[in-house]
Amino acid sequence: MARHSVLGAVLVGALALAGCGGAKVGDTSTGATGDCGTFNLAINPWVGYEANAAVLAYVAEKELKCKVTKKELKEEVAWQGFGTGEVDAVVENWGHDDLRKKYIDEQKTAVSAGSTGVKGQIGWYVPPWLAKEHPDILDWNNLNKYADKFKTSESGDKGQLLDGDPSFVTNDEALVKNLNLNYKVVYGGSETALIQAFRQAEKDKKWVLGYFYSPQWLLNEVKLEKVKLPAYTPGCDADAEKIACDYPDYDLDKIVSKKFADANGPAAQLVKNFKWTNEDQNTVAKYIAEDKMKPEDAAKKWADANADKIKAWLPKA
Amino acid sequence: MVAVAAPRQLPRVFQYRKSLIFAGIVLAWLVLWMVFRNVGTLALGAADLTPLHRWINDVNDAVGASRNSNPVFLYFFNEIRLVIDEFVTFIQALIAQPSFGRPVPVIGWLGVVAIAGFVSLAVAGWRIALLAVAGFVFLGLQGLWQESMDTLSLTLAAVVISLLVGIPLGIWAGLSDRANRILTPVLDFMQTMPTFVYLAPLTLFFLIGPASATIATLIYAAPPAIRITAHAIRSVPRNTVEASESLGATRNQTLVKVLLPSARKTIVLGINQTIMAALAMVTIAALIDAPGLGKTVVKALQTLDVGTAFNAGLAIVVLAIVLDRVTTAAASERRTLPRWALFGGLGITGVCVYLSYTYLWAAEFQSDVGAGSAISKGATAVTEWAQDSLPVITDGFKDFVTLALINPLQALLAESPWFLVALVIVALSFMIGGVRSAIVSAVCVGLLIATGLWQDSMITLASTLVATIMVMALGIVVGVWMGRSRRADRFIRPVLDAAQVMPAFVYLVPFLALFSASRFTAIIAAVVFAAPVAIKIIADGIRAVSPATVEASTALGSSSWQTIVKVQLPMARGALTLAANQGLIYVLSMVVVGGLVGAGALGYDVVAGFSQGQLYGKGLAAGVAIVVLGVMLDRLTQAAAKRWTN
Repeated sequence: MARHSVLGAVLVGALALAGCGGAKVGDTSTGATGDCGTFNLAINPWVGYEANAAVLAYVAEKELKCKVTKKELKEEVAWQGFGTGEVDAVVENWGHDDLRKKYIDEQKTAVSAGSTGVKGQIGWYVPPWLAKEHPDILDWNNLNKYADKFKTSESGDKGQLLDGDPSFVTNDEALVKNLNLNYKVVYGGSETALIQAFRQAEKDKKWVLGYFYSPQWLLNEVKLEKVKLPAYTPGCDADAEKIACDYPDYDLDKIVSKKFADANGPAAQLVKNFKWTNEDQNTVAKYIAEDKMKPEDAAKKWADANADKIKAWLPKA
Repeated sequence: MVAVAAPRQLPRVFQYRKSLIFAGIVLAWLVLWMVFRNVGTLALGAADLTPLHRWINDVNDAVGASRNSNPVFLYFFNEIRLVIDEFVTFIQALIAQPSFGRPVPVIGWLGVVAIAGFVSLAVAGWRIALLAVAGFVFLGLQGLWQESMDTLSLTLAAVVISLLVGIPLGIWAGLSDRANRILTPVLDFMQTMPTFVYLAPLTLFFLIGPASATIATLIYAAPPAIRITAHAIRSVPRNTVEASESLGATRNQTLVKVLLPSARKTIVLGINQTIMAALAMVTIAALIDAPGLGKTVVKALQTLDVGTAFNAGLAIVVLAIVLDRVTTAAASERRTLPRWALFGGLGITGVCVYLSYTYLWAAEFQSDVGAGSAISKGATAVTEWAQDSLPVITDGFKDFVTLALINPLQALLAESPWFLVALVIVALSFMIGGVRSAIVSAVCVGLLIATGLWQDSMITLASTLVATIMVMALGIVVGVWMGRSRRADRFIRPVLDAAQVMPAFVYLVPFLALFSASRFTAIIAAVVFAAPVAIKIIADGIRAVSPATVEASTALGSSSWQTIVKVQLPMARGALTLAANQGLIYVLSMVVVGGLVGAGALGYDVVAGFSQGQLYGKGLAAGVAIVVLGVMLDRLTQAAAKRWTN
């Protein structure tokens, strides 16, 4: 008895709902894809990269009607994906001579697709308040004078030089040794650790000396100052153990899979033509990191304001 | 296996002499440490490699280069990948991703909520069903419906495959001592080997995509199912089995009719542990493009957006709590629904599924409420307040613990000559567990030296021990409190669940502000993750002390303090040793996370190995060193536990 009444109620309810249902699934059609096909774009985990990728993906989707598949991967895994055919392009590469050797020279699964136009810089940085109060700290010769101030629970009786994400090239241990600095390299282990340290150092006027790089979104918020190391000359970093000079400037470039480059479809041409400046990237990175915009919205905002630049990237038909 | 009838109490003189020997060993160690300090510490620089590390690199490269021609890849790994990919994609098509040419998944939010509610009702009762419905709706209100369903799909796939493989293996290990002996070290390896070590190679074998993410998850999640199933089969009373056999039942009949039904409840608890372990892997799997909540967390942390990361972390916690309560309730009692409820529920569920298939409002969760942004704003505000006002206190606390505890212990372990530390470890192992323990420890010490990372291992060991001490201190204080008060238990338990499944990086960002990048930060992170397990075990142990004993003690005029110290804790010593053992293992599983916030040593080696090709071999060696440390400490605590509880 009870069972029937429940079933009845359910049926009546269903009919009522179906009657006043609302919009049905499939009422609106989805966007069609063009002749560009699928474009597998690796997304390496930092905001500057995301800015490059967002703009490229936006242009590929809007102008070339590609189906863009973003794959969020660390560098190592992304490069590995060139060989397995799962990644078409990496669009901001910081040097990585080891990966170049392995995938471009030895396995021949990847090729370079030229510069992104963005210049990368690696070095030792201090928070702005420190550079202002002790301007001489920006010369490495004076670092030993201040070593005591940089002591932490991790560095013992030496000054602390904070290193970050091990993904990036670092010669810091050799530098400290060869420049006779009274410092100890402490491995923070992640970009998060570095950013948090610098932010707090500026806010609370703490003494922090750390490895950092530009372009990086944090530099919009905290204008870190670079410490001058002995100038870089070509070849001064040849012997890893004897390095006593600054890091070279990096011309950040794009790497694509060999297959993708050989097919030379619209997306491949777009990647090859893509070139902008540090300011452009910083603008988009700021939209993402500080204004908390979605990457696609940030890309659209920049693209709407820079239509001429984008036109130059499009394949010449 | 054979229970030796050990004397219940060791003679007092013997115990006294034993502690003298312990003190003697430690004293000799201290003296020799002062003499030989910084001699033979086997240190290895951050960028230095040993021939072993280089050899592993070469093997890794060779495998990668032969990927497209090697038949093992073409016919074995590719087939596995295809099956798993299809399976995960199918579940995603059902509940998470636009599929079959539709802009939305087959079953929309309303359908999923209804199914979750109905299944919970059927296996766990009304209250849990309400919790499940509320929990799932909450995910939608957070604005994370699709991400949550992606995570749920991947978790379900990993759990189903874990159980398909794990339960038969567990039964086998339960029935055969030899199988158990072979499987145990393999399972230890699977559970303590840091995921970072095999994440990159996995994508080489199974490509980037759902298959790799699922396999990474199930490597970590399957062991509990296997272990607990084996344990369940083993704990079925012998006489029950004998009775069945004497009645002429075959092995299969005994298994199906006697063993499995009696072990059922425990096996369900194994499923529960597997689900929890799978959810713990959500953020790590996101590093190889696993879809879902993990990605939201990882992405938010690139800009240190703690609020957004916390919102997504909270969704993982909600999923975990719902799944945990449903499976726990399913394990604790068997229930049958009245027929009208069963059919009514089925009907309503069917209608909801149909509606969510057909109408947009029931398919896509429209979260205009904005609970998500409110949560992330709240979390951001709390974090900022903590970061602004607490460092004055926390910095001092960090420096104090570092100077008083971490530095001395690390100096003793990492700055003594290796042979001295090795000798001390073997000697202490002999004292604790006899010849067998001494041999196990000696082998482990040998392996640590072979990895080329002896000093890093000792630094990590020092931090691990400090973290475990803190875990046990917290475990005893909070565990006793929860064990003695039902109300405290009800309040604290959800917090513990949350601490266990909330992705570590969400709380690491504020921790970095409070304690800087340091070993101490890494220790605190490990304590947050490991203490809940220890607390729960101790609380259950205290509660299991028979009430009659406690009443007797109170009746004799003991104060609460006396009752705890003289009655409850001694009687719960089995739980205490288990808590110490599990605490250690959980602390070790956080070593890699520690490497991301300044712990250096083995954790950093693993992280660096994942990020840089030429350090891959070293990272793998560091992973092995962590496993070896884990096995050694596990066997030692177990030996100690056996001695103490007998």
